[in-house]
Amino acid sequence: MASSISAAAKASTAFAHKKELAAPAPAQHRAGSSRRTKPCRVRAVASPARAPRAPSSTGSVKSAMTMTEKILARASERAALEPGENVWVDVDVLMTHDVCGPGTIGIFKKEFGEDAKVWDREKVVIIPDHYIFTTDERANRNVDILRDFCLEQNIKYFYDIKDLSNFKANPDYKGVCHVALAQEGHCRPGEVLLGTDSHTCNAGAFGQFATGIGNTDAGFVLGTGKALLKVPPTIRFVLDGEMPPYLLAKDLILQIIGEISVSGATYKSMEFVGSTVESLTMEERMTLCNMVIEAGGKNGVVPADETTFKYLEGKTSVDYEPVYSDAQARFFSDYRFDVSKLEPVVAKPHSPDNRALARECKDVKVDRVYIGSCTGGKTEDFLAAAKVFLASGKKVKVPTFLVPATQKVWMDVYSLPVPGSGGKTCSQIFEEAGCDTPASPSCGACLGGPRDTYARMNEPMVCVSTTNRNFPGRMGHKEGQIYLASPYTAAASALTGYVTDPRDFLM
Amino acid sequence: MAAAPSATAVSTAALLAPIRAPTSAFLRRTQLTRHRDHSLKCRRAGPIVPAAAAAAAGSSSSPSSAVFHGECFVVGDNIDTDQIIPAEHLTLVPSKPDEYRKLGSFAFAGLPSAAYPTPFVAPGEESTRYAVVVGGANFGCGSSREHAPVALGAAGARAVVAEGYARIFFRNSVATGEVYPLELTDTGAWKECKTGDVVTVDLSNSVFINHTSGKEYKLKPIGDAGPVIEAGGIFAYARKTGMIASKAAA
Ligand code: SF4
Repeated sequence: MASSISAAAKASTAFAHKKELAAPAPAQHRAGSSRRTKPCRVRAVASPARAPRAPSSTGSVKSAMTMTEKILARASERAALEPGENVWVDVDVLMTHDVCGPGTIGIFKKEFGEDAKVWDREKVVIIPDHYIFTTDERANRNVDILRDFCLEQNIKYFYDIKDLSNFKANPDYKGVCHVALAQEGHCRPGEVLLGTDSHTCNAGAFGQFATGIGNTDAGFVLGTGKALLKVPPTIRFVLDGEMPPYLLAKDLILQIIGEISVSGATYKSMEFVGSTVESLTMEERMTLCNMVIEAGGKNGVVPADETTFKYLEGKTSVDYEPVYSDAQARFFSDYRFDVSKLEPVVAKPHSPDNRALARECKDVKVDRVYIGSCTGGKTEDFLAAAKVFLASGKKVKVPTFLVPATQKVWMDVYSLPVPGSGGKTCSQIFEEAGCDTPASPSCGACLGGPRDTYARMNEPMVCVSTTNRNFPGRMGHKEGQIYLASPYTAAASALTGYVTDPRDFLM
Repeated sequence: MAAAPSATAVSTAALLAPIRAPTSAFLRRTQLTRHRDHSLKCRRAGPIVPAAAAAAAGSSSSPSSAVFHGECFVVGDNIDTDQIIPAEHLTLVPSKPDEYRKLGSFAFAGLPSAAYPTPFVAPGEESTRYAVVVGGANFGCGSSREHAPVALGAAGARAVVAEGYARIFFRNSVATGEVYPLELTDTGAWKECKTGDVVTVDLSNSVFINHTSGKEYKLKPIGDAGPVIEAGGIFAYARKTGMIASKAAA
């Protein structure tokens, strides 16, 4: 195992950075032999500009490649490829939602014809999630457009909602697309997932190549099942050391973005390895990969392991084949972090790379706290918040809004016992702490949305949020100030009314 | 609406052009009329796009007239797509003509008013007086919403000149043909330009000129997007290379 470089608690020194390093991959690297080999898939014909090659040679890759390069090589039927090459890849899953779906469908119909059929009705996943619980007529109409299209095309995975007054009356309805994709088994190692949403990179947690695309590209994929992608070089992040009990994956990714800046990984893949990453749950790995876009990253990946395979058990019947970076793979650069030395951090307004230690911001008075979104609204995020409330035994000092990402998360919030609470659920603990009642699952106020969106910032307030973006206006008001934080830090801040280091309650 | 030229015509024209990328990028816009006729119609009809005449001439025949001239609108570093088109307007579907125009009227509505007292689109207007957007680093970061380049294009902007782009915004600009995402070779231009300065973007000479300040800046060639742009966008490129059938069923 590569030795991690120890560093002082000061954030900027807790890592090391080497340019153009071609060191062996760390212990994370594993043979994917435990998985069954996928039966030879039917590949589309007519890849331009490249000589065809025998499918039988697909499996034996001779030049050393990173995980991301390998996934794209396989999806483009290439033995090897290099960063910077443009390749046509076969898409395994295309996801769209109510904000970009109608436009994507519009382009698909214009380009392929009114009667055209999607390339594969089982590979298109359509998830209404952004603007659901609103009286905005156009927003409601957009979900109708999705429904009509799914009926017409007989789309297999459409997570519809019809009764807006009670989400529980809609058994098919899931909620936030990225969390739903994982929970419904659409995120599989070694595959290619494209989605009309920048946080599609979330699924990299499964060792999948996953990235966001626009409506026009998505319209193309709908008709052909193919996308022209440029192979990104990979930056490797080696996270070693025991995770302190007051840190969450959100702290790690905010740390990293603060280090490399909001454009530090533009056009690049971010691979997360090391003993800390191996110890993370799937939901925590998702938090890590979810925010690679905030560093400009094209995709993020975590090598699949037993944790991954366990999570996927019973969720998918599709055979998948994980791939791993070769020992001699070339990385664009390498960053090493000693996680045991890190402290809880926040991203101050108005940029996700505006990093500061939570304790440095203890004089920042906050008006509200928001726990939700694909980044910070998963089951474990609510369990983490509940843990802080439980440890303090106090009541929140500012309005605290809770928006479970999906229907499944909502159920967990109301049913799972919080460890150490004597059997209480998160919802009971939140109620005792004086939080708002957990809302219906959706993107909620993470991106502002229509004016009547629950918890939207309609005034210029200061909010500590477990979401992923703090650009001006992101949660509603243009002059609003958003501090991005982990669920621990968010809950601690709710209890004091100031940005607060969770160690004040957890230690 | 006039029929779009075939992919072959486009590629031939591109090969004949002295400077390939910008020229063919230009022709691409015409090509896209096939599925974006409404947008082009409204843009051409707009009375206050200074480059409209040159643009129209360029797209029809002469590649060398690929020049945008007019006033510029200046923004800073890390302008994210929420500021270009705030989420509350995302219920508008870009492929619907009337909603496309509405998107244009909201372009840059998310910029904080204190830092940007001059709106990109004047209140009550549908299009902008600014033909060129000048930005800093990492332009178009954040959300993947294609509504962002669409809003700029729908408002009548022709080009963005910035120090660098977030990946998805750049790609969406190319795939839709709404605006030219042009990169400066050096940093700092946005600090030397003021909203309202009269500028020229000369694609064939890869130069950006600010007439008000008298300064000139070099532009990078369009690069990897070239082959796709040369073909006329992602659909035309795919048809040209045989990836999809050469004529849509439509
Ligand atoms: S929760 Fe927020 S970041 Fe996630 S998909 Fe929804 S709007 Fe986007």
